[in-house]
Amino acid sequence: MMEERNLMNIPEEKFTFAQRDARIHDTKLETKPIGYFKDAWLRFKKNKSAVVAFSLIVILLLFAIIVPFVSHYDVSFRDGFYKTVLPKNNFFAQFGIWDGCTKKQESQGGYDYLHAIGQETGRTVVVKDIDHTVDANGLPYYTMKVDSYAMVGFTYANLSEKDYNALMDYQDQTGVQVIYPLQQTHKTNYVMGNAGANFWYKLKNEDATSAGEAVYDENGNYIPNYITSENKEQANYRSLRIEGDNGGEDGNTWYVYAQKNQSGYKVRVDYFEYFRYKNGVEPEFYFGTNIYGQDIFTCLAAGARLSFLLAFSVSLVNFLIGACYGAIEGYYGGAIDIIMERISDILNSVPFIVVATLFQMHLANKVGVLPCLLFAFVLTGWVGMAARVRMQFYRFKGQEYVLAARTLGASDARLIFKHIFPNSLGTIITGSVLAIPGVIFSESMLSYLGIVNLETSSLTSIGTMLSNGQGYLSTFPHIILFPALFISILEISFNLFGNGLRDAFNPSLRGADE
Amino acid sequence: MTKYVIKRILLMFLTLFVIMTMCFVLIKLLPLPAVREMGRDVNLIMAKREQMGYNKPIMVQYFLFWKSIVTAWDWGVGEQMYEGLSVWNVLINKLPYTVLVNLYSILIAIPLGLMLGIYAALKKNRWQDHLISTLVVVFISVPSYVYAFLVQYLFCFRLGWFPLTLESLDNASLFSAKMFRSMFPAIMSLGFGVVAGLTRYTRAELSEVLTGDYMLLARTKGLTKAQAISRHALRNAMVVILPMIIGEFIGILGGSLIIENIFAIPGIGNLYISSINVRDYNFFMALTVFYTFIGLASGIIIDISYGFIDPRIRMGSKK
Repeated sequence: MMEERNLMNIPEEKFTFAQRDARIHDTKLETKPIGYFKDAWLRFKKNKSAVVAFSLIVILLLFAIIVPFVSHYDVSFRDGFYKTVLPKNNFFAQFGIWDGCTKKQESQGGYDYLHAIGQETGRTVVVKDIDHTVDANGLPYYTMKVDSYAMVGFTYANLSEKDYNALMDYQDQTGVQVIYPLQQTHKTNYVMGNAGANFWYKLKNEDATSAGEAVYDENGNYIPNYITSENKEQANYRSLRIEGDNGGEDGNTWYVYAQKNQSGYKVRVDYFEYFRYKNGVEPEFYFGTNIYGQDIFTCLAAGARLSFLLAFSVSLVNFLIGACYGAIEGYYGGAIDIIMERISDILNSVPFIVVATLFQMHLANKVGVLPCLLFAFVLTGWVGMAARVRMQFYRFKGQEYVLAARTLGASDARLIFKHIFPNSLGTIITGSVLAIPGVIFSESMLSYLGIVNLETSSLTSIGTMLSNGQGYLSTFPHIILFPALFISILEISFNLFGNGLRDAFNPSLRGADE
Repeated sequence: MTKYVIKRILLMFLTLFVIMTMCFVLIKLLPLPAVREMGRDVNLIMAKREQMGYNKPIMVQYFLFWKSIVTAWDWGVGEQMYEGLSVWNVLINKLPYTVLVNLYSILIAIPLGLMLGIYAALKKNRWQDHLISTLVVVFISVPSYVYAFLVQYLFCFRLGWFPLTLESLDNASLFSAKMFRSMFPAIMSLGFGVVAGLTRYTRAELSEVLTGDYMLLARTKGLTKAQAISRHALRNAMVVILPMIIGEFIGILGGSLIIENIFAIPGIGNLYISSINVRDYNFFMALTVFYTFIGLASGIIIDISYGFIDPRIRMGSKK
């Protein structure tokens, strides 16, 4: 099978000259040289978790930057009626998720109350009747899935003459019924929500002891209990009238839509539509609202913006101070090193919380809360960075290339910034990134504990949001859920990203801590 | 060694002294808190302040402050809270809660962290290791208060396994099971971070040690894997892990401000927060010294323990 090779007797004509005419030379390198940062980037790209973390950070950053501009609400927005409503997104609500609904258990009175709002507004309040039980005393209890937005129903509003006319014009133009007839006052002490504005129906029992049970007509509907008058335009009402308001049997009984009082008109409005009239948008809070009726979505973005801003500026300032300090310490060494090290040691030993508190006590009134917090972070924050740079300088300053540069007459400044510093840049960048989650955590902790008060009419922070929601953890966990989720994702991402950077810059340190 | 220890301790007291001086001056520069008028004789309080030397120059006050500490271990009395009570006594009374909660948490967390870390190191690069490592990153990154909310919501509200508030001392003694049960949510929230940190540390150290040549030698000379790991690898890994555990034990005195706040544990942390909120400077000063001291002391003890655990590490040498 194998051909017998006779290497000794190769005929001469089989030989040809190689490269007889071609010049012998090195081929030019086709690829680009890979520098330090390129190398690090290549390695970083391979680290899947770090890349994902980085994208997450970018998304969260964009969220913090963009949302305050595009949101319909701002931090100072507060709505007394849509407070603690649940997260809702109209698109997803069609599929029955993210729909602002909650499970509620109510007695007969509550059952009637909720269903009656639905009947009057024409919007579904009770999305689903889940269960119906009877307790030991024979009283029925209903478990329902209730829309926390539609549940608000009606409220009384006192409008000035001008606002009243504007609202009527709005009704006429859009054809949307906002003002509903006023109802007769019930004698019962049973009142649920919005000062009784939702009790528009007849009750079974009008005593003070009534539990709010309604009577139904033959179709199972609620029977209206509106105030009537012979004057069709009572209190100058000249706008849309609800269905069924057609003058009654005698043609002369009309519902009353407004009452004149000293300051203007008292009307009963459908709050959903009234909200739309006032704010121009349908009530829809993606992350719900908190106990003050603030939009959590917007507040979270504002708080995140504050955290990012603080963290980035702290990191930058610490980077500058720490790098210079560490460079001087590490480069000169000796007595300078010992003295400077002692100073940073002392600063490092003061608990951060003490520094933050003292700054707040002394300077908060003079320069503002936020600059104070920044000072506090900067005062002790650079120590770690300085230590890192110092170590790098100790490592590099004795190396031959530095000696060579010195022999050639390079000045100290040139040696520091041109020769040694670039070599330690990787470590320093990693350190700066890994410092960011710490700053964000400390900021949220301080504002949570109330040591730093970052809550003003136009400012909020994640810590403040958490502390506002803590009391309602059992009833409205969504107030805390979103800030907590946000900060958790942020911290995880920054840590993964920082670790990825470290591995990329120092492949030899892979997996080691610090 | 002794010389090094003494030097470190002296240096520590110097640092503490500098920090105390700075804090004292900074606090005394603040205006005195206004006297709350409700049902009090303002003049009497003013006279008391005068008698306590509050109107003297700061340096004189500082001297008096040291004098009372050195002669009578007197850290002053509460002004805005625990009025008239000795700051030191209040502090000592609060300490057991903080210590107990933290002690329980690390007593549970340390074995757990060690076991998980060892397991991950032995299963290195298998799915168990990946799972544990991922969880460790998550648990180290997520802030402790987030667990606290989660634990509170899940175990206290939803499942109702644990009471919401701490048992009072009238109902249960400090070391009773009932007290332990009411402390458990806080213990759990504190523990997650410790477990995660220790797991990561143990895994990193042990997997480093496992690749050492002497491990190969140990197996070659006939030890089983278990023997080699427990006699050689673990012991060497402990050189680094043990000081960390010691550090945890000292840290229990300080406790966690935020966990104590969330679970309303009447410990040192809560005392500190309220001293800031009501501006009680005597408490603030004493607690600042307390916290600084713990921080400094734990640094020293960790450093020294390296030398004791592994005599090869020469403390204070030039190199």
